[in-house]
Amino acid sequence: MGSYLPETDEGRAGMLAALGLTKSDELFSVIPPEVRIDALDLPEGRSELEVVSHLEALARENRHFDVVLRGAGAYRHHIPSIVKSVTSKEEFVTAYTPYQAEISQGVLQSIFEYQTQICELTGMDVANASVYDGATAAAEGVLMCRDRRRNEVVVAETVHPDVMTVIKTYCASRDVPVVTVPATSDLMVDLDALRAAVGPTTAAVYVQSPNYLGIIEDMDGIVAASHEAGSKVVMGFNPIALGILRTPGEYGVDVAVGEGQPLGLPLGFGGPYLGIMATTKALMRKLPGRIVGETSDAEGRRAFVLTLQAREQHIRREKASSNICSNEALCAMTASVYLAAVGPEGLAQVARLCAGHAHYLAEKLAELGFAPMSDKPFFNEFLTTCPVDAHQLVDQLAEHGILAGLPTHDGILWCATELNTRAEIDRVVSVVKEVCDR
Amino acid sequence: MKLLFERSVAGRKQTIFPDLDVPEATFDETLVRQSAPRLPQMAEVDLGRHYTELAKQTHGVNDGFYPLGSCTMKYNPRVNEQVAALPGFADIHPLQPEETVQGCLGAMHELEGMLAEICGMDAMTLQPAAGAHGEYTGLLLIRAHHLANGDTGRTKIIVPDSAHGTNPASAVMAGFTVVSVPSDAQGGVDLDALRAAVGPDTAGLMLTNPNTLGLFDPNIVEICQIIHEAGGLCYYDGANLNAVMGHARPGDMGFDCVHVNLHKTFSTPHGGGGPGSGPVGCKAFLAPYLPNPRVVERPDGTLAFSCSEQSVGKVRSFYGNFLVAVRALAYILTLGREGIPEASASAVLNANYLAHFLAEAGYALPYGERCMHEFVIDVGPLKAETGVSAMDVAKRLLDFGVHPPTMYFPLIVHEALMAEPTETESRETLDEFVGLMTGILKEAHEDGERLHSAPFTCPIGRPDEVKAARKPHVRYEFDEEG
Repeated sequence: MGSYLPETDEGRAGMLAALGLTKSDELFSVIPPEVRIDALDLPEGRSELEVVSHLEALARENRHFDVVLRGAGAYRHHIPSIVKSVTSKEEFVTAYTPYQAEISQGVLQSIFEYQTQICELTGMDVANASVYDGATAAAEGVLMCRDRRRNEVVVAETVHPDVMTVIKTYCASRDVPVVTVPATSDLMVDLDALRAAVGPTTAAVYVQSPNYLGIIEDMDGIVAASHEAGSKVVMGFNPIALGILRTPGEYGVDVAVGEGQPLGLPLGFGGPYLGIMATTKALMRKLPGRIVGETSDAEGRRAFVLTLQAREQHIRREKASSNICSNEALCAMTASVYLAAVGPEGLAQVARLCAGHAHYLAEKLAELGFAPMSDKPFFNEFLTTCPVDAHQLVDQLAEHGILAGLPTHDGILWCATELNTRAEIDRVVSVVKEVCDR
Repeated sequence: MKLLFERSVAGRKQTIFPDLDVPEATFDETLVRQSAPRLPQMAEVDLGRHYTELAKQTHGVNDGFYPLGSCTMKYNPRVNEQVAALPGFADIHPLQPEETVQGCLGAMHELEGMLAEICGMDAMTLQPAAGAHGEYTGLLLIRAHHLANGDTGRTKIIVPDSAHGTNPASAVMAGFTVVSVPSDAQGGVDLDALRAAVGPDTAGLMLTNPNTLGLFDPNIVEICQIIHEAGGLCYYDGANLNAVMGHARPGDMGFDCVHVNLHKTFSTPHGGGGPGSGPVGCKAFLAPYLPNPRVVERPDGTLAFSCSEQSVGKVRSFYGNFLVAVRALAYILTLGREGIPEASASAVLNANYLAHFLAEAGYALPYGERCMHEFVIDVGPLKAETGVSAMDVAKRLLDFGVHPPTMYFPLIVHEALMAEPTETESRETLDEFVGLMTGILKEAHEDGERLHSAPFTCPIGRPDEVKAARKPHVRYEFDEEG
């Protein structure tokens, strides 16, 4: 049996004796006998060696692809070595939420730095310390826009399907109606339909750009249409794209939310990820979750603390802006180290590499008959037709260690990042050609 | 200490990415960002040292005793980190074909089964990303159940006044209103008040057992009966499961659904506030409402994802904080059948030992010395006598490299210090803590005034929180902005 108890059996017996007890069972005498159990139906405990072997065997049952051309909300990027090194420091890993500021300045300062970087990245005024993931950030984002008169949410059907479902789940339980707006044939939000959907009871319009199918939305048109009707706009963004693309702040949105996974977090079969939330000064006090602020101590030294806590559950209980308590702090630190490591130039470069590789891949695939399903600008994802059976294509690429694009919307949703070099894409394309020629 | 932005020097950089090897993709002027983000420009050495300095000003479990009540700050085993970093888990795309992720599905399935057994539940989901997220998910199941029965009038969730703040906040997010019931003189749920509170509008009860006073409610079976007889369901907040795992199960007590905190009970690290993981378990009749998708076993023994039309939907993208789940799986496999109850028995022993010797040292324990995994000290009497508050005692502890107990919680004890030593602390550590607390008691009597300015040896003194909230300064302001 494995154990992390420092005390020996004798040591525990001595402690029990000090309390005038003989068996630890006496400490459980308050539990009614009818709900006590004798034993759990679990396997016997194991040594570290056996546990590692067991989990390594499980990990081997997964297929680890050499080449990944699939995104759709989770992206394989290069993770700079310093990112892992910093975020595996035991002080950061094993600390709790920094309630005691005097011994938590390190983690508090790192969150303050993260908040600043997110403001810079998005062009917004204020960011929180993170929420669970991009989908919950979107849900919290639309909910924070409600007021007495406006209690309805409009969501574009071009957003990530999981984000759509999470928004609907969060809204359903608070009796917030969700109206969806369809896409046009070029895979963008139908602006006319959007204008028709937004009205005097609309609290927020949620759009994602680049959208789920990779297309950069007409954010100017969407923001204008929404604001004209008095609705706020919540924009989902890809943080890597913001290395070169126009920011939510520059579009004038009210809340910017994003999945922070591309900023140094591994694919991890879906988590843990990072929910990024940023907003305007006007909406700061409606932002959910923790926020770190700068202040000073009695001697005038700079100090960081959790602040604006009057929004939060441990103070406000049922009147809180959200129930969130634990967030994704270490993932936020990961993003912060990532952004500091790559710097402004590196972020622009990785964005250029992603876009360049995706456009190169799109061009080569088009030559093989995988026609783009929209001619609108895209960043690093794009939907094509599939001239062969999509699932066969996926299987046959898998045989070459390649994870193909995601079969969806009667086509294939491809993705490229900085990792998919020209040479790699050329190799992929030759394999695709073989499949097509068969 | 300097901020990243104050260390930044224009032109400094790290060479992380290569040059373009394909033609540049160009975008219309209206689509590109107008100004570059003012991210730090630093050499790798300076960035590394920056964080080393920040680490020195951060207190984790590996830095010292951390008896933060209701947070279960037990040791975070290193092997958990090792297995979670295996590329066969860490580098797997969540949308890979099912036949290529049998190992991930296997890990999820195995963990779900073990958690269900520990909780006495029939089904689990790993999707919720934290405890509060689990509470929300569990309440959605309760809501879905009543709505499916056409029972639209059940709008109220009963929450004891000793509950975590997340309970009432989660209930509101799930569309309920909150009814608070008082605790009785022994710290348990007041049964008469509970009977008076239930009715045709009762959707359910949220309860932590043992509660935040560290007391197991001996009336638990009756409490669940009262709720069930009124037509409500019972939700178990698993924040304090570390007290009873392997000895008693929420499912056997009468609870219908439960969340557990992998980052408390199951040893995964807190990361300075997250990521956590809050799996939710339920009895079979609630299982169709669990978030989509769920892991199921096919007749041929392989695993697959399956969706239910009655599901409440999704509470997070993909499948939850998977790599946290891998860590918890490693932990449960390590402890196993005997280790799980032994861990909780030791957690309870450590808490009782600490409570006994702190009482002997002169601290007031309003609910007596006998407790489960945690207990509450009332600093009220000391404050009346010397002026020294729970805050003062807590801040003085910081000088000795100890993280203080949770302050001012639960709310029903005004000068509360809630201590949870966990099972991974030795007798010497507990004795040293008693020694420190004894010393602070002496200081309080000799020069209580001085303790109002503790701590004395930390990088900063007590920060001005009022100023922080009145004039929020929540991002670095660059010089050029004046």
